[in-house]
Amino acid sequence: MMSNPILDTFFEETEELLEALAEGLAAMQAGDHEAETLNSVFRAVHSIKGGAGAFKMTELVGFAHHFETVLDAVRSNALDLNPAIMHTLTRSADFLSNLVEAARSGASISEDVTAGFLAALQQCFGDKQIESVDAWDNFEFAAITLDLDTPQVDVSVETNTINRFVITFRPYAALYTNGHEPALLIGALGDLGTISAQFDADVLAEWEDFDPLDPRLSWTIELQTEESETQVLEVFEFVQGICDLTISPLRTVAPISSPLIAASAQALTGPAPVPMPTTGVFREAAPPPKGEAAVPSVKTTDAKADEASGNKGPKPTLRVDLERVDRLINTVGELIINQAMIAQRFADMTDTTDDDLVIHIENYRLLARDIQEGVMAIRAQPVKSLFQRMSRIVREAADATGKIAELITIGEGTEVDKTVVERLADPLTHMVRNSVDHGLEGPEARLAAGKPAVGTIKLSASHRSGSVFITVKDDGAGLNRPKILGIAKKKGLIAPDADLSDSEIDGLLFLPGFSTAETISNLSGRGVGLDVVRNSVAALGGRVSIASVPGQGTEFTITLPLTLAVMDGMVVTVAGDTLVVPITSIIETIRPLPGDLHRIGTDDMLLSIRGRMIPVVDVARSLGFVSKSDQSMAPLLLLVESETLGECALVVDAVQDQRQVVIKSLESNFGTVPGVSAATVLGDGRIALILDPEAIAANRMGPQSPVANFSPSHGRSAHANL
Amino acid sequence: MTLKVLAIDDSRTIRELLRVAMEGAGFDYSSACDGVEGVKRFSEVVPDVVITDINMPNMDGYGVIEAIRGGNLESKVPILVLTTESGDKLKARARAAGATGWIVKPFDDAALVSVVRRVTGAA
Amino acid sequence: MQTSSEPTKTSVEFVTFSAGDQSFSLEITQVREIRRWSPVTALPHAPVEVLGVMNLRGSVIPIYDLAARFGLGSTKENPRNVIVVAMHGNQTVGLLVEAVSEILSVSRDKIQDTPDIRSDMARQSITGVIPIEDGMTRVIDLGAVLYPNGRSLS
Repeated sequence: MMSNPILDTFFEETEELLEALAEGLAAMQAGDHEAETLNSVFRAVHSIKGGAGAFKMTELVGFAHHFETVLDAVRSNALDLNPAIMHTLTRSADFLSNLVEAARSGASISEDVTAGFLAALQQCFGDKQIESVDAWDNFEFAAITLDLDTPQVDVSVETNTINRFVITFRPYAALYTNGHEPALLIGALGDLGTISAQFDADVLAEWEDFDPLDPRLSWTIELQTEESETQVLEVFEFVQGICDLTISPLRTVAPISSPLIAASAQALTGPAPVPMPTTGVFREAAPPPKGEAAVPSVKTTDAKADEASGNKGPKPTLRVDLERVDRLINTVGELIINQAMIAQRFADMTDTTDDDLVIHIENYRLLARDIQEGVMAIRAQPVKSLFQRMSRIVREAADATGKIAELITIGEGTEVDKTVVERLADPLTHMVRNSVDHGLEGPEARLAAGKPAVGTIKLSASHRSGSVFITVKDDGAGLNRPKILGIAKKKGLIAPDADLSDSEIDGLLFLPGFSTAETISNLSGRGVGLDVVRNSVAALGGRVSIASVPGQGTEFTITLPLTLAVMDGMVVTVAGDTLVVPITSIIETIRPLPGDLHRIGTDDMLLSIRGRMIPVVDVARSLGFVSKSDQSMAPLLLLVESETLGECALVVDAVQDQRQVVIKSLESNFGTVPGVSAATVLGDGRIALILDPEAIAANRMGPQSPVANFSPSHGRSAHANL
Repeated sequence: MTLKVLAIDDSRTIRELLRVAMEGAGFDYSSACDGVEGVKRFSEVVPDVVITDINMPNMDGYGVIEAIRGGNLESKVPILVLTTESGDKLKARARAAGATGWIVKPFDDAALVSVVRRVTGAA
Repeated sequence: MQTSSEPTKTSVEFVTFSAGDQSFSLEITQVREIRRWSPVTALPHAPVEVLGVMNLRGSVIPIYDLAARFGLGSTKENPRNVIVVAMHGNQTVGLLVEAVSEILSVSRDKIQDTPDIRSDMARQSITGVIPIEDGMTRVIDLGAVLYPNGRSLS
């Protein structure tokens, strides 16, 4: 495909149109059959077809055309909506999306597949012969041979012979009000060859009766041209029906030599041409009836739509280059670090106490924070588009696994950073597929359990106390814990005699390489495990947790920081180095008494707390740092919540303080670092690593520590360069 | 005097393609994204020719033609409708509504410019 | 640093520096800036040639010890040590070197093929040699230095 900025615009716009299409169809499915809804669905496909045509995307145009035909029939009430047709429309919208994707990537879609969808669309009409929106008729000019008393003149249509025509032309009032200029039309005739035009002055005789709105002016034009009659007719293409027009071949031999001739016919040699008003190609006895039936009905529905839609004026928006926003975010991040540096220096200056300066510095901090929130909000997008995509995923998953499922969404308007929306797409897709495939039971099993045959997947998004919560909940069978435990033991992921709580068993699903599917269904076995989901979410600075009730269903909860770039962190010392631990992971800090710690084996330790034994992880050792702390001192422990282990205690040297830090990515310039999710810049300008407590804790589970396998990989380049 | 074109179409892609074609021919180009905005812009720009799509939200092409031809404006400015259909029915309907002519999508830049020149007499 | 003659169309400019007592060079188009050494934050379980990460005006860039990478031993601490900040595609990285020598302007035909070097890795990471006043300078293939196991730019 050519690289063309308008092509980019086309794909951008098509994405929006596809969203609007999905939204409209969902509304129709829910029973909304308002004219505006049906119209907007039609327009979406119509616009996609229009744009695609400009770029010669024939497959896309072809399918869109047939889709549009059905939609047009629906919106004009020629076709009644029933579940079967609704089903076809929804599937067709999905397929249209595939065609767009194929057009974008240059892939091709099998003809059989396309034929299948086309047949389904055709099926909507059943036996009815509906007139196509676009009859693809070409405006044909019938070549009529004129029936003259005299022998016919052979009107040659070859371009190198000279043809002569006499044309009479009398515009109706509508020709003028339609914005036509007789002078231009006659001039266009002149472009075809040589003309001699004669104005019929008779009409001016009755001057008092002259009506400027209906001037009844007419002309007789003689044309000598190499063009054919078809070309001549084409000049009048737009005014067919709003004028009297006759075109007759001129049976003379002598060419017209001078542009203006006298009214008298004697200037011509031979008999005068006889115009045949009744058999010319264009003939209208009267102007066409004004206001065809279709037009007023369009008007009334539009008026109704306007009222119904309640003054849907577009909100003023601004289209901004994403790069500019990212640069702004970077600079604002620097601003915040700068403020922290100043605050730190000031705090270090113990010999000065300037209350005013304290206030100023605090104001600076709050202002910087405000700017940052404002700038991050620019990149904020509602999750709606993401959620809408999921309905298709649910449909496909249900079709592929023989389940019946519907998607309910709550909180579509919840806004998150654009990057989050993009990077949540894959994990969310997997979780939703998972829910349909493994969570929901088949229709018979559900009915037997007293549930409706249709399974429900509920997708919700909300903001709460500085975080975004996204949940995927199914009303299926819930997790089969004994089975999960069995598989984990069989795969050696946990000790054979391990005793785990329910939530700990649920957390096993996040271990790498875990899959309960003995047979690879159509969906699972694509190699994406829940551990990848967890990593994707962790890379966004968030966490994912799971809860399940046998027989009732399973719920996944993704928690994300509201602002991508900033995180509440606890700044700690580990092996003499400064690290940051996300506050959201920390349950509490503990300074254990000697008796609370118990050694097991050679290296491991357990913490006894509130009647339970919790594994202790030496962070320094996990990271391969040499511990510089005094071993005799009781370590400081951070109690963290881990998906795989339940609770776990991390050993650190000391806690420095708690503050908000700006998250800097390691991926763009380096890659993924095990045990570390990102980095931040401290007040003194040095980099501090941000710990991934989950990974640190998880290292204890596996037979071999993944942390030891250090192989930096180049991360996603689509990441905002924080 | 440079010819002033006003294009009304709800598709960004089409508006951009029209811009390229019109500005390439040396015309002044303005655009609007639906009929309502189009009628507003009409009074501001006072174009020499209007190109309008038919299927648009808020006010469709026929509404635009009616607003321009009737009401307070009563203009005889040439109006071309952009359509994906080339059937007789549509042409008759457009003409009956007051359109001067039509352009079928997908349009060829040269053909478009030629039609614009045809109905405006512009060079 | 001395600059040689003005670059012509057929000549290429290199920044040359010393690491592990040998001379290396990088095409100037890849070099973003030269920085003084500043404290580096260690990365967990990093191999000896990855010293850690450093703050470059708000971006986090990894610092590689070039001498260590070429098996020439770790660079000794020295106030003349500098970081050559280089770009490989979208990545910005820093190379710790002993000192920067000069900027060379060399015509393409003066760049010679790499002679037989014992170390496979070294041979892969060097794309050619250029004769200089007191010996040779080795032209570095930055991609091969960063990804010795071979990875394409994404």
